Amino acid sequence: MGETPHRSADAGTGGTRVTQSHEWPAVLGACGRGTSQHPFPGRAGLGGGGALPRSRKFGAERAFRGLTLAAGTAVLVIIAAIAIFLVAKAVPALRANTENFWSYEGWSPNDPQPKFGIGTLAFGTVLSSALALLIAVPVALGIALYLSHYAPRRLGTALGFLVDLLAAVPSVVFGLWGRDVFSSPVRDFSVWLNQHFGWIPLFGGDGPFGASIMLGALVLAIMVLPIITSLSREVFLQTPTANEEAALALGATRWEMLRTAVLPYGRPGIIAAVMLGLGRALGETIALALTLGITFGISFNLIQNGGNTIAANIANAFGEANETGRGALIASGLVLFTITLIVNITARAIIYRRREFTESAA
Amino acid sequence: MAKRVEASNVTAYYGGFKAIENINLTVEPKTVTALIGPSGCGKSTFLRSINRMHEVLPGARVEGSLTIDDQDIYDRDVDVTAVRRMIGMVFQRPNPFPTMSIFENVVAGLKLNGVRKKSILDEAAEKALRSANLWDEVKDRLGKPGAGLSGGQQQRLCIARTIAVEPQVVLMDEPCSALDPISTLAIEDLMFQLKDKFTIIIVTHNMQQAARVSDRTAFFSIEKTGDPGRLIEYDNTQKIFSNPSVKKTEDYITGRFG
Amino acid sequence: MTTTVTSHRTRPPAQPTSLRGRRLPWYAAPAIAVAALALAAGIVYGIDIGGPVLVVVLGAILYLVGLFAAANAVEGRRSARNRTWSALIHSAFVLAVLPLVSVVWTLVSKGTERLDGNFFQTSMNNIGARDANGGAYHAIVGTLEQVGIATLITVPLGVLCAIYIVEYGRGKFAFAIRFFVDVMTGIPSIVSGLFVLAFWVLIVSPWFNDGRPSFSGFAAALALSVLMLPTIVRSTEEMLRLVPAPLREGAYALGVPKWKTILRVVLPTALPGIVTGVMLAIARAAGETAPVLLVAGGGAAINTNPFENNQSSLSLFVYQQAGDASKYAPARAWTAALTLVALVLILTIAAKLLARRNRLSR
Repeated sequence: MGETPHRSADAGTGGTRVTQSHEWPAVLGACGRGTSQHPFPGRAGLGGGGALPRSRKFGAERAFRGLTLAAGTAVLVIIAAIAIFLVAKAVPALRANTENFWSYEGWSPNDPQPKFGIGTLAFGTVLSSALALLIAVPVALGIALYLSHYAPRRLGTALGFLVDLLAAVPSVVFGLWGRDVFSSPVRDFSVWLNQHFGWIPLFGGDGPFGASIMLGALVLAIMVLPIITSLSREVFLQTPTANEEAALALGATRWEMLRTAVLPYGRPGIIAAVMLGLGRALGETIALALTLGITFGISFNLIQNGGNTIAANIANAFGEANETGRGALIASGLVLFTITLIVNITARAIIYRRREFTESAA
Repeated sequence: MAKRVEASNVTAYYGGFKAIENINLTVEPKTVTALIGPSGCGKSTFLRSINRMHEVLPGARVEGSLTIDDQDIYDRDVDVTAVRRMIGMVFQRPNPFPTMSIFENVVAGLKLNGVRKKSILDEAAEKALRSANLWDEVKDRLGKPGAGLSGGQQQRLCIARTIAVEPQVVLMDEPCSALDPISTLAIEDLMFQLKDKFTIIIVTHNMQQAARVSDRTAFFSIEKTGDPGRLIEYDNTQKIFSNPSVKKTEDYITGRFG
Repeated sequence: MTTTVTSHRTRPPAQPTSLRGRRLPWYAAPAIAVAALALAAGIVYGIDIGGPVLVVVLGAILYLVGLFAAANAVEGRRSARNRTWSALIHSAFVLAVLPLVSVVWTLVSKGTERLDGNFFQTSMNNIGARDANGGAYHAIVGTLEQVGIATLITVPLGVLCAIYIVEYGRGKFAFAIRFFVDVMTGIPSIVSGLFVLAFWVLIVSPWFNDGRPSFSGFAAALALSVLMLPTIVRSTEEMLRLVPAPLREGAYALGVPKWKTILRVVLPTALPGIVTGVMLAIARAAGETAPVLLVAGGGAAINTNPFENNQSSLSLFVYQQAGDASKYAPARAWTAALTLVALVLILTIAAKLLARRNRLSR
């Protein structure tokens, strides 16, 4: 690994180094302190002049290489450590669980007879994220297209910059806004939905309404909107002008040009952006801890107070958790980790396969 | 299948910059017309204003009148997409759609026009590819990415894509400048065959190419950098290259400037 | 060549004989809009199912339908599609602007309420539910220390890791590192918090603390490091790949060893880009709440020592104030949120400006 370029670089430098060192033996100690003007300053003489240049240089090279290798390995170590430590802390709690971890609807791991199940939380996590993306993705793609291909260039650039900034706003701010400001229009809307469309199970129930899956999902959607927009806008802007002009020269309308040239070209990037948004939504903690009603139970009712997710539950239940309680929360974190991992790997696989098609082409 | 293009007093701008001024020129049906001249003289700009691709760039606009068989393409009621369907364009660098296969590339224009039937698409694709002298090379791999072809093949693919919609006029903007000599020859041969059916206008930097392929040649030039390009001389290719009537044309042809 | 295809069943597809198409007059779109709104108002108030908001929503839908129908009848299907999609894309933009503007507006209007000297000079120590004052000094100290330590950890590690991937790594091992860096990008912040909780707080920290687990700002810094590392590796990697090969080869040809080439030629060239990436990573880390909640514990008093006892952070402060029952808490929460957003945005804007200048100079 890495042998070929490494060695060839050495071979090239080694040659000159040997001849030079005959002229200035004192150079040998100066490795690593050479100034950029003169690679081999003759004044140092720290090495005493006896050592062989090759081995010394090789030493610095090898040391640096080893350092970078260690840093690279650290990533693997961290990932492994995450898995190991989470499992180590989760297993005792899972052993102590007196109910089925997958199917039990409830979370009381602090009882003398610990009872907790992940089912409702995982369901809430997936439901709220899926809803959020369902809302955010079409809107985000619309805005991205507007900014890249409809808006006047100056306006598009300025607004694009603003979207980038919004993408950096911390989620706790969106959560706070969702709870303090957005919840009341959502409650009104929920009441209206319940009045007129209560016969649809999604909008049924007797209230109270407001701190619901719908509020959580909407806040999540608004939160991931700038992220998805910002990434897809960048992708759309990268479409080669040549391809856009080719479509226009065939007599395409603007929309047809977007369909033939821009969207297909950007598809891997769009998928990546959506998956990133999904990852953020699945793992989002604080915004949901502030907006959801926090109940346990699997329900498709979108507007009644309720809903919970793995991450929000960790934030809420952490304060009064005892040792088993913490272990139970870590176990739920492990499940969340697995879900995001699956989403991530699927996305990578899709992107790599797509990229192969376009790149093998190039 | 081929139409006359007539430009009168065409002036084109990029924002505040005037790129060409008062171009008057008539291109007869079923001929090859070459536009030559030094870099920056506006020949590509003029070519792009013929199918209204010039205005795609922000701030770009065209004044004057350009007619195709007596229909003014810059008329307010004219549908831009119809103009571009009638006047196809081949670009300097081959630009097949990278996400599409060879077949999809060729029929892209037809699909835009709502042709969905597989049999019609198949037939049209074969016809266009044969006309572009590409059929024999790609008939076994129509499903492969169009971008996987060599540069010359890609350019012929783009030509096939352009002629698949059966336009009246084909514009070519230095179609061979990114290609090797053999591919260039193949494209020049192709132009020769195509002029039976289409009116062809080609921008080229290569004077031998202009002499080889074109019936008529228009020489564009500028006074100095920043000035708008003007049409200096427009005549039969033979005349331009053997006995030009303007001194400046002669200087350019003989390599004294440009 | 062309003679083989003789059947001319492929008539010129949709090749227009005339360039003139029938066009909708300029007043068509506004006229349809007015008609759609009127119709919507008629329906909504006629059967009494809602208020003005519903009129606008229904009106927008009717407008899209009407526009499509009119354009389809006059200009044809393709143009109708083009117009409708264009209208949809524009409305996506308007739809998204509303909540995002509301977030920004609330942030500024509610955030300035407590934006005074007291807020930045005091902590929450001894502030009861009836006290209107109290500030975020301790939280700001916490955020700066935690993010600072995390930066000190991740920058060397991340840059070295990226150097390994780009310059030395070959084969499966380097691919594995790249892959797991990608995986790490998708780790939810709460999971990294749980990891540090399981590893540092519950297992390592008792060694220093008489056998009792201890929260600390340093633990929060570790959790933030896990989140920052992949971002920094990825952005550094990208920047290193952008350094032109001739630059490297030029250095090799002068007899400069590879490690020195990397440190003296490659890194300085990529530096502005790397700094941009680091600043964006810091901005994101500063906004994270969940990991700090789990491992730093939060606290009301000023604690400048990141290695011992609870520490707070700005984002955690926002979350805690949001959950506080005191009627003065929301004002504090919003002001802290404004401070946090200002901090994050300054970092982001600086990073973007740096990136832009860098792009121009290249």
